[in-house]
Amino acid sequence: MDELTKIAYNCKKATYLIEKQDIGEITLREKLELKIHLAGCRVCRVFQLQSAAINRMIRNMLHRPVDENIKLDDKFKNQLQHLIDEQLDK
Amino acid sequence: MQSQNSTNIGLDNSAAPRLWVTRHADYLYKYALTRINDQEQARDLVQETFLAGLERLQKFEGKSTERTWLTAILKNKIIDVYRKKASAFVKEPGATIAEQETDDFFEPDAHNWKPNHRPAEFGIEQTDQLESKEFELILQKCLRKLPSLWLSVFTMKHLDDEPTDTICNDLRISPSNFWVIIHRAKLSLRECLQKNWI
Repeated sequence: MDELTKIAYNCKKATYLIEKQDIGEITLREKLELKIHLAGCRVCRVFQLQSAAINRMIRNMLHRPVDENIKLDDKFKNQLQHLIDEQLDK
Repeated sequence: MQSQNSTNIGLDNSAAPRLWVTRHADYLYKYALTRINDQEQARDLVQETFLAGLERLQKFEGKSTERTWLTAILKNKIIDVYRKKASAFVKEPGATIAEQETDDFFEPDAHNWKPNHRPAEFGIEQTDQLESKEFELILQKCLRKLPSLWLSVFTMKHLDDEPTDTICNDLRISPSNFWVIIHRAKLSLRECLQKNWI
């Protein structure tokens, strides 16, 4: 089997290239390999869509203005304040 | 509070450590908590940040705001935590199991999908589905199942948009290792979502 026929069946490599392309860079050769693979592999096309959707979702989730309710409790804050005052008054 | 600076909160560019707790504690805590999903550890990091800030007080030149300066200290502490996780990763039993699992998605010889691990459409492919609260809860659950180094790499990339080189340097991993982690993390996240959503 020559290299390009091999890639046509190699879903493990194809999914790796999908990840690498999405947030980094792949070489021209890798782009060609991926194209050949995706042309014949419906399952990896689904993977590609889902992978990008997961990235978008994670970004949305992480970049959302943080929940205002997340606060340190007062007891811990008092301890912190005490600690700082102590250091400053040394 | 007994500080002389209390009248012009945030306007001066000298450090006012006696007001740090009031001004920045909640912010720093949230910052730490989004990057390290552990309340106890996030608290400790805030405390360490304030103490480190006090030690370096003379070095604060007011070039950036007090908050930016403190956040930079905190960020370095978070990277330290990530780095420790990275070096402990090799010994982490969950890591080898997770690696095994993602290998198991593919046929050992041909590297194509095993039938029972093949991605099937499950409706997140459209953008409007991204709003779904339910889906997000599952995603969070799935993220927590990832080995800690994978999660650290993932968070650094997606939350702070760090360049790949920076992440590799910070965590002392090779670029090829970085891509393997990104790939495996995604494979196992996707599998987890499919299992729990459909």
